[in-house]
Amino acid sequence: MSLLEIRNLSVEFATASGAFRAVDGVDVTVDQGDLMAIVGESGSGKSVSMLALMGLLPWTATITADVMTFDGRNLQKISPRARRQIVGRDISMIFQEPMSSLNPCFTVGFQIKESLRLHTDLTRRQRHDRAVELMTLVGIPAPEKRLSAFPHQLSGGMSQRAMIAMALACRPKLLIADEPTTALDVTIQAQILELLIELQETTGMALILITHDMGVVAETVQRVSVQYAGQRVEEQPVTDLFENPHHPYTAALLAALPERATERHLPTIPGVVPGQFDRPQGCLFSPRCRFADARCRAEVPVRANAGMGFALCHYPLDKGVPQPRKDTA
Amino acid sequence: MSDATSDTTAYRPPAPPGPLRDFWNSFRENRGAVIGLFVFALFLFIAIFAPLLAPYSPSEQFREHLLQPPAWSEGGNWRFPLGTDPLGRDMLSRLLHGARYSFFIGVVVVGVASFFGVTIGVIAGFAPRWLDTLIMRVMDIVLSFPSLLMALVLVAILGPSLINAMIAIAIVLQPHFVRLTRAAVMSERTKDYVTAARVAGAGRLRIMFRTVLPNCLAPIIVQAALSFSTAVLDAAALGFLGMGAQPPTPEWGTMLAEAREFILRAWWVVTFPGLCILITVLAINLMGDGLRDALDPKLKRS
Amino acid sequence: MFSFLLRRLLTFVPTFFGVTIVAFAFIRLLPGDPILLLAGERGVSPERYNELAAQFGFDRPMWVQYFEYIGGIFQGDLGTSFVTKKPVLDEFFALFPATLELAICAITLAVVLGIPAGVIAAVNRGKFFDQALMSTALVGYSMPIFWWALLLIIVFSSGLGWTPVSGRISLLYFFDTPTGFMLIDSLMSGQKGAFVSAISHLILPTIVLATIPLAIIARQTRSAMLEVLGEDYVRTARAKGLAPLVINGVHALRNAMIPVITVIGLSVGTLLAGAILTETIFSWPGIGKWMVDSIFRRDYQVVQGGLLMIATIVMVVNLTVDVLYGLINPKIRKG
Repeated sequence: MSLLEIRNLSVEFATASGAFRAVDGVDVTVDQGDLMAIVGESGSGKSVSMLALMGLLPWTATITADVMTFDGRNLQKISPRARRQIVGRDISMIFQEPMSSLNPCFTVGFQIKESLRLHTDLTRRQRHDRAVELMTLVGIPAPEKRLSAFPHQLSGGMSQRAMIAMALACRPKLLIADEPTTALDVTIQAQILELLIELQETTGMALILITHDMGVVAETVQRVSVQYAGQRVEEQPVTDLFENPHHPYTAALLAALPERATERHLPTIPGVVPGQFDRPQGCLFSPRCRFADARCRAEVPVRANAGMGFALCHYPLDKGVPQPRKDTA
Repeated sequence: MSDATSDTTAYRPPAPPGPLRDFWNSFRENRGAVIGLFVFALFLFIAIFAPLLAPYSPSEQFREHLLQPPAWSEGGNWRFPLGTDPLGRDMLSRLLHGARYSFFIGVVVVGVASFFGVTIGVIAGFAPRWLDTLIMRVMDIVLSFPSLLMALVLVAILGPSLINAMIAIAIVLQPHFVRLTRAAVMSERTKDYVTAARVAGAGRLRIMFRTVLPNCLAPIIVQAALSFSTAVLDAAALGFLGMGAQPPTPEWGTMLAEAREFILRAWWVVTFPGLCILITVLAINLMGDGLRDALDPKLKRS
Repeated sequence: MFSFLLRRLLTFVPTFFGVTIVAFAFIRLLPGDPILLLAGERGVSPERYNELAAQFGFDRPMWVQYFEYIGGIFQGDLGTSFVTKKPVLDEFFALFPATLELAICAITLAVVLGIPAGVIAAVNRGKFFDQALMSTALVGYSMPIFWWALLLIIVFSSGLGWTPVSGRISLLYFFDTPTGFMLIDSLMSGQKGAFVSAISHLILPTIVLATIPLAIIARQTRSAMLEVLGEDYVRTARAKGLAPLVINGVHALRNAMIPVITVIGLSVGTLLAGAILTETIFSWPGIGKWMVDSIFRRDYQVVQGGLLMIATIVMVVNLTVDVLYGLINPKIRKG
């Protein structure tokens, strides 16, 4: 049985000018010890689906799903109190902005020990020892001293390490890392990623890495789910995805990687992700797709099968060439 | 791949709303603000047409109808719907005329305070350090005195009258505009568009008042709305203390002061003028809150 | 922290001197010759006039008068009341406890009710409770308190007869007032009913004076909480699985208190301004009523001295708030 299973998850936000659908029928499956990535541009709804899972969305959000289970428990039917026992203990999350994700009014130590106090029966002394252990684990030098530091006294990289220590405090089964390196310096980015992968291997937890950086994905994860405008457009094991992307969006993302550039100029994807007011009628990617035709702009595509990477496209690519659809999901 | 652009006319997504429309959408969403706007419009209407709306002159005395209660209570008479005051003057007419004074006070005080406050604030924001420090120190000094006390002493110097009360309140309110404008100017002046304007050869005055100031207006507009209500309240308080408009002016605060000794005998002479002040100030504050929420994107619903 | 304190203290000095200049100038600008006013209806002979002018120092140049005034301040001499012939400072300290007692009760009421109200409203944003609380707060914020005081008197004093109309304590009781705080002194006097009488005199003025600060604190707490609740670290706290009560009461409130403390400090000025009206209406023998009476009596020395003392209090409170602000905001404390 999968650790995490989500089927047909949608999230809508009520805004001043009408409802906005940020996540549109997304499926996510994660097994024990899995290492997967969710990739997409900003605004593609990748964080929102995970926040929905954690129950962290504001009250303006309406969440619907056919299935949403974690470790055999139905997260849709669960009481808020029962959810709080899972969240922070079995599922943890770290965020994009480590500096603002730590509470400026409390010491790092307080914030790490708080999780332990909430979810474990450890004594005060044991909590302190575990906090030091965690700080060492995530590679923070002089952990005893840093426990009494305030967040603004730490650098961005250190803050993210502290966040990771906090997330790992109760030995979670699933860690969701929401763009954990985006706000950091390039040199620090690699360190944090390495740390995450290493921790995933040693602890055997599952890790979902949310990122917009295909380059990060290639080196780290096993499986990739590509999201666009709130929809999952493709999902494949990482090597297959890099070798033979089936959705034009994936192909375009990969082509935009400097490592894979074949021409002098780096190819880009024209335009931006559609927002609330410019949502196309047919395929959401059609305005930016180099292969799109009249059918793409008029009809909503149907999902392809696993062999074609579940591509949400009328003409999924094979070896870079659009194929007419022989199947229906 | 070239036909991707040619065929976009088939489907036209709704255009995002313009800035004014967006502002109105946000404002309209706030029910209180809309109610405030309507009450304020009514207040404005009464202020303009008071002489036509009022059944009598505010100073006309009906000697045989002293302290007559409102029409619906015992001993009341529909000739005087809200009763009469100790001198036999019609309460309704006096209250309607009172709206004129309050509106006048609000407009003049906010006009004077914001004009000088914003000008000094912009100057402080662009001035060399010593001048900026000097201006802000002076404002600190003014703000060290509780506003009503300062206004009281100023009126004592100038002599008690409505005009002097308005001057005093404007002086007391003006430092808030200076501080706000300066802070906004300080955060705007280092932005790239200001540098761009300077590179394009815009003069100092042009940059100060044409380039930077319009971008600082949102908080100033909100402050102006809130100052309007403060002005109405403080003027009424001064009137109540006998240092504002002088009797027989039908200013609401002054009316309250005249009615004070009758509070145990005639509730209506005390209740109605205060209620008018409360409703007016409440309407303006509701509007001000709506303005702030609509103009401040940070508080907008995301 | 030390340099922050020092810098803050340095700005205090010029502001204080500015305030002395303003207080000094006001009195010289007041219309009417103080000596003629003092003499009243009977008038004054030219010899006596010159004598008095010399006595008050009005015959010397302005700047000499100012320096003598400043010199007096540093020796604790704020002049003598024209009317009562008592030193202004003595009068001030005799009346100040009454105002302080009222102000402390009012600010306590405002904080004790305002902060929970703001937090509850923010947490229930948009729901009925939030709307009801915030509508009430806005009415309080818009309240002409002099009218509010009259209404309360009509209902509770003359209508229901629950509370007295004016003063600090019933005339039935007479005892020494070593602290100046009627609540404490009435308890210490041991007279039966004195304490109850003191409380019943205090209730209405406290409510009136607390109304606006209460509304401001509730509104400010709500908006600070709303802002903080949208911060990333609150999301982190929620991601830990903390209960809403802990998130709101510990993680969010601690951060939201930073602007609220500032507002509480700033409301001291509002409180003193409100005390002018409240004390006048309830005949509360404090410095607010004293100032109003002195202005009407044209007792210049008192107005000048009172202005200076009140402004100094406001400045000292603001200074304290800044220091307190540094204490609860670790960014300033260590930075």
